[in-house]
Amino acid sequence: MEKKQTIIELSKLGKVFETKDGSVSALENIDLQIYEGEIFGIIGMSGAGKSTLVRCINFLEKPTSGEVIFNGQGLSKLTEKELRAVRQSMGMIFQQFNLLMQRTALQNVCFPLEIAGVEKAEAKKRAEELLEIVGLSDKKNVYPSQLSGGQKQRVAIARALATKPKVLLCDEATSALDPTTTQAILALIKDINRRLGITIIIITHEMSVIEEICQRVAIIDNSKIAEIGTVEEIFTRPQSAAGRKFFFPGGAKTRELTGEQFIRVVFDGGNAYEPVIANMILECKAPVNILFGDIKNIDDRSFGHLVLQIPDDERTKERIITYLKRKNLAVEEVAGNV
Amino acid sequence: MFDAVMMKLLGVGVAETLFMTLLSTLLAYAVGLPLGIVMIVTDKNGIRPRPLLNKVLDVIINILRSVPFLILMIVLIPFTRAVAGTTIGPKAAVVSLVVAAAPFIARLVESSIKEVDYGVIEAAQSMGASPMDIVRKVLLPEAKPSLIVGSAIAVTTILSYSAMAGIIGGGGLGAIAINYGYYRYETGIMLVTVALLVIIVQIFQDTGMRLAKKFDKRF
Repeated sequence: MEKKQTIIELSKLGKVFETKDGSVSALENIDLQIYEGEIFGIIGMSGAGKSTLVRCINFLEKPTSGEVIFNGQGLSKLTEKELRAVRQSMGMIFQQFNLLMQRTALQNVCFPLEIAGVEKAEAKKRAEELLEIVGLSDKKNVYPSQLSGGQKQRVAIARALATKPKVLLCDEATSALDPTTTQAILALIKDINRRLGITIIIITHEMSVIEEICQRVAIIDNSKIAEIGTVEEIFTRPQSAAGRKFFFPGGAKTRELTGEQFIRVVFDGGNAYEPVIANMILECKAPVNILFGDIKNIDDRSFGHLVLQIPDDERTKERIITYLKRKNLAVEEVAGNV
Repeated sequence: MFDAVMMKLLGVGVAETLFMTLLSTLLAYAVGLPLGIVMIVTDKNGIRPRPLLNKVLDVIINILRSVPFLILMIVLIPFTRAVAGTTIGPKAAVVSLVVAAAPFIARLVESSIKEVDYGVIEAAQSMGASPMDIVRKVLLPEAKPSLIVGSAIAVTTILSYSAMAGIIGGGGLGAIAINYGYYRYETGIMLVTVALLVIIVQIFQDTGMRLAKKFDKRF
């Protein structure tokens, strides 16, 4: 695999807001590296600090400690003017789209180009190309009030891409959209990442968004990063309490399971179409009881885990475990709690 | 009562009223619009917070807004003489009208611009827009319909102030109403001037609302 180049690095980043009731810490000691060309997810409950975090990346919020390094350049040392130039290489889209209501779709896309001082005719040409990419060429002279939510977000994406940024920051970009439109927008973002090689940072509170397109994910909880890893890793073996809360919502509660034997089977990317458990029952000739399961299908591969109750017999247990290990599944015995 | 001389007098009155109103509005906007923008920009949550400057301007605007126009006109007599060279007639009235209307317009502009969604400003900042870009390309264009409605309010308010200027010899329909209607008990002439003022206000207000609607792309 090619060597991963870091495009954005956050080191010891902190943000404290001064309010009337004293200071509130929104971010503490955030260390994060984002690689060029990846789709990186940042997930957290509302109030965890993820929106502040994304605004610190382009310095819309100035961190109170630590540093943001973009392309080898520390942002805290830059003048306002230099910072504005840097922001042109970081596009951003928002939950509420934030389009200019008194401008047409085309004029909205031209807006960042006007700011960058691009000549008018050239800006118009580029804006038309971008609307083509997001599939809205036929709406170029329409005002945002006449567009649906998904179409507005497409215009916003075209606008964010106008100055050919290296990074696209998405702040809850699909949270105001219905599931079908969300899928379409995520597919567009994925396509842009693949075609244009733009690094994408996605802030969300929705697990499904992370599953859908992210390669790596950071879980942010209570102003801190709870854990970082590939989506597969964190999906199958969340280490932090915050991670387990996201990936096994409601399921991973402690349960009274005494007096019998239980195993946890972890699926981390096997073929989703092979009926492993059914085959195991047939082959081992032993009944099992599925107590808990959370399995998701990503790109035709299975991720998640199952907790099985198995017969109270050492030999049967051995057989089952051996069978499952042969199928490349991780198996662990679990006692009282899941 | 309504002879040729009177008709001519009313004609001149209308012309003077329009002259005072429109010129004052124009000049008051020349001061009030930038002042309103500065108030928004320097607000503690604005795009260039300058709390001290903001507070000073805020107090000045409030002081000017709280002095009744009639008294302001009298207080301003020396200033008016210095600027206009005279203290009577429409030209002199314009000076006081501008001083009274500019802070009022600043407040109107301020409230119109406040309606612009903060998210849009943030989006512009994320694209590297400077505060100047944001004022010129975001705040003013996005607030345009509201600013036009505000200007209709401003022009009608200035019109009614201009009638008050008649008291100290400001000219226009207000002076006619006071001189003929009040001092000489010619109720007929008073009613005619009032009717003319109503018609002028209607025209301004209507035009303003129509323009605002035409320029608003939000619906």
